[in-house]
Amino acid sequence: MADFKEAPAGASMTTQATVWLENRFPTAFSEYKKHMSEYYAPKNFNVWYFFGSLAMLVLVIQIVTGIFLTMHYKPDAAKAFESVEYIMRDVPWGWLIRYMHSTGASAFFIVVYLHMWRGLIYGSYQKPRELVWIFGVAIFLCLMAEAFMGYLLPWGQMSFWGAQVIINLFAAIPFIGPDLALLIRGDYVVGDATLNRFFAFHVIAVPLVLLGLVVAHLLTLHDVGSNNPDGVDIKKLKDPTTGIPLDGIAFHPYYTVHDLIGVGVFLMIFSAIVFFAPEMGGYFLEYNNFIPADALKTPAHIAPVWYFTPYYSMLRAVTDQFVNVFVGIVAIAAVLTVLRAGLSGVWKLVVLVGALVVIALLKAFDAKFWGVVVMGVAVMVLFPLPWLDRSPVRSIRYRPGWNKWLYAIFIVNFLVLGYLGIKPPSEIGTLVSQIGTLFYFGFFLLMPWWSRIGTFKPVPERVNFHAH
Amino acid sequence: MSEAKVDSGRRTWIAITCGAGAVGGAAVAVPFVASFAPSERAKAAGAPVQADISALRPGEKMTVEWRGKPVWIVRRTEEQVNALNKLEGQLADPFSKRNPSELTPEYARNVPRSIKPEVLVCVGICSHLGCSPVDRFAPGAQPSLPDDWAGGFLCPCHGSTFDMAGRVFKNKPAPDNLEVPRHMYLSDTLLLIGEDSKG
Repeated sequence: MADFKEAPAGASMTTQATVWLENRFPTAFSEYKKHMSEYYAPKNFNVWYFFGSLAMLVLVIQIVTGIFLTMHYKPDAAKAFESVEYIMRDVPWGWLIRYMHSTGASAFFIVVYLHMWRGLIYGSYQKPRELVWIFGVAIFLCLMAEAFMGYLLPWGQMSFWGAQVIINLFAAIPFIGPDLALLIRGDYVVGDATLNRFFAFHVIAVPLVLLGLVVAHLLTLHDVGSNNPDGVDIKKLKDPTTGIPLDGIAFHPYYTVHDLIGVGVFLMIFSAIVFFAPEMGGYFLEYNNFIPADALKTPAHIAPVWYFTPYYSMLRAVTDQFVNVFVGIVAIAAVLTVLRAGLSGVWKLVVLVGALVVIALLKAFDAKFWGVVVMGVAVMVLFPLPWLDRSPVRSIRYRPGWNKWLYAIFIVNFLVLGYLGIKPPSEIGTLVSQIGTLFYFGFFLLMPWWSRIGTFKPVPERVNFHAH
Repeated sequence: MSEAKVDSGRRTWIAITCGAGAVGGAAVAVPFVASFAPSERAKAAGAPVQADISALRPGEKMTVEWRGKPVWIVRRTEEQVNALNKLEGQLADPFSKRNPSELTPEYARNVPRSIKPEVLVCVGICSHLGCSPVDRFAPGAQPSLPDDWAGGFLCPCHGSTFDMAGRVFKNKPAPDNLEVPRHMYLSDTLLLIGEDSKG
C-alpha cells in the first residue's frame, strides 16, 4: 500500500478531495492511467478501428433498453406476444425503446462483423494477440446465443419456428441429441417452459458472461497493445527518455475524442433506421413475426435473421451427395499426407486408419448431423486462426498482391452465402452454397499452406502516418 | 520461501480438500441441471385426442393438435394412392424400414403407410429440424419442386419433400419419413390419435 499523502496547506477543495480519494482508492487512479491516459495506441488507426468502441456503445444501448423492456414484458407463452404489442402501442415511448433494442441487435452484428474483418485483414490475431482474438470469438459466440434466445421472446411465428429449428439442431447429435433437445426445451415441444428459460438466459445469464468476456478482451488487448493497419510493432521504438512508443499516442484524450466522431456517424445511421425503417424491409424484424406463434403451422417461408444466414446456408448445403464430397476430400488429404509429408511407417498407418475412421463416421451418421457439425465448425474454425496463419507479416498491406483478391473473394463468398440463406431452398442455390461452403473452409483450413506462398513486401520500421 | 521444504502431509490434505470440494460442487450442480428437464406438469400433458373425419372429402386435409404437435389427417384421392406405387426409386425409405418402432406402427408399414389406404394420419413435423411441411398436393412443376412432382408435402425450411404417404424423397436434408402416430378407428369416421389397441 502506498503511503498516505497529505494535501498541501491551503489547497483547493478539488485538490483536497482528489487526495482524499487517492488515499482510499488508489486503484481508480492507476487503472485510469493504465487504460486511458497512459495507454499508448498506434497513431495510424484508420476507419476500421472505430468498430471496437462502437461495439461497446451498442452493448450499452442493448443493456439499457433491455432493462426498460423487462419492466413491461411478460415471459409467458400466453402473454408474451401481447405484452410486446402493449409495449409498442400503450407504454409511453415503448415503441422507441423496443425499436432501439431490435435495431441494436442487427447493429451489434454489423459492427462486430466489421470489427472481425478488420482483425482478419490486418492480422490482429497474430502473436502476441492470440488471446485477444480468442476472447473476441467467444464474445461472438455469446452474441449469437444472446440474439437467438432474444428472438424467441416476442413469441411470433418466426420466434417459434426459428427456435424449433435451432433446438432440433442439437437433437441431430447422435445418441445424446434427443435428450439434450428435451433438456433445452424443458418440454416435448417449444412452449412456455422454453420461453421462460430463454428469458432468464437472455436477460441475465448470457449478458453476465458477455460482460466478463468483454473485460477479458480489453485487458488482454491493453496488456499486449493494439495492432495497427501496418501491422508494425510500435513497442520496438520507444522514446529513450519517456519510454513512450514513438508511434503511440495516449488513448485519452486522442482516441476518446477521435472515437466520438465514429459515435456521431453511427448514431446518425442508427437513428435513421430506428425512426424511418425499424423493420428494414423485413430484414431486422421479419414480417412473419408479427403473427402470434402457432405450433400447428410453419410460415410458408422461414429464414433466420440476416446475421445468421451465412451459417444457415452452410447447414442447408450439406446433403447426402455433399457428404460424399467430404469423403473424397478426407481420402485425398490422407493420401497426400502419406505421400508428401516425411512420416515414418507407423504414422502413415495412423493417418490412413484415422482417415478410414472419419470416412466410416461420415457415412454412418445422417447428413443432417453433418450439416449441424459444418455449421458449428464454421464458427469454431475462427478460434485456431492465430495458429493457422503462417504468414511472416501481419497486415494485408505487406502480403503478396494476390492475397487481396483472395480476401475479396472470401468476403463476397460470405455475402453470397448470407444472401442464399435468406432465399427459399432451390437446386442452384444449394449447389452455389455447397461451393461456397467448400471455399469458406478451404480458406481457413488451407491457410497454413497458402499464407506462406508468394513474395512479401518489406514491412517498414515505423507506421505510415501523414499528419493532417 | 522457495528454500523451504515442501510439507507433503499438508499438500496431501490440500489435495484431498480440493477433491472433496470438487465432488461437492459437482453434486450441487445436479439439481440445477435436473431442473431443466420437463416438469411433472409437462409430462402429464399428452393424452390421446379424438378426430371426427366424417366431413373430410377426398383430397382434403385436416389438422388436430396432439402433444403440442400438428397431426394431419388426409383423405387421399384414388389417383394419389395409386401414384404412391410409382415412386419407390425416388424415395429414401419407401418401405418404412428405418426406426420403425418410433416412426411407423406395424399396421402402417405398407406403401400408403396407413390402416385405410386412403386415410393418411401422420405428425406434420419434418424429420430434419422440426418445421411443419406445407401442402403441395397439386402435381406438376412448381417452385422448389421437381418437374415430375406427383403431389405431397414440401418443408419450407430446408426443402425436404415428402410424398402423399409422408415418405421422404432421396438426397434431401430430412433423413426419415414423417412419423405415423399410434392411432385407431373408434368407428368408421372417428379416429383416436395417440393410442391404439396395443396402448
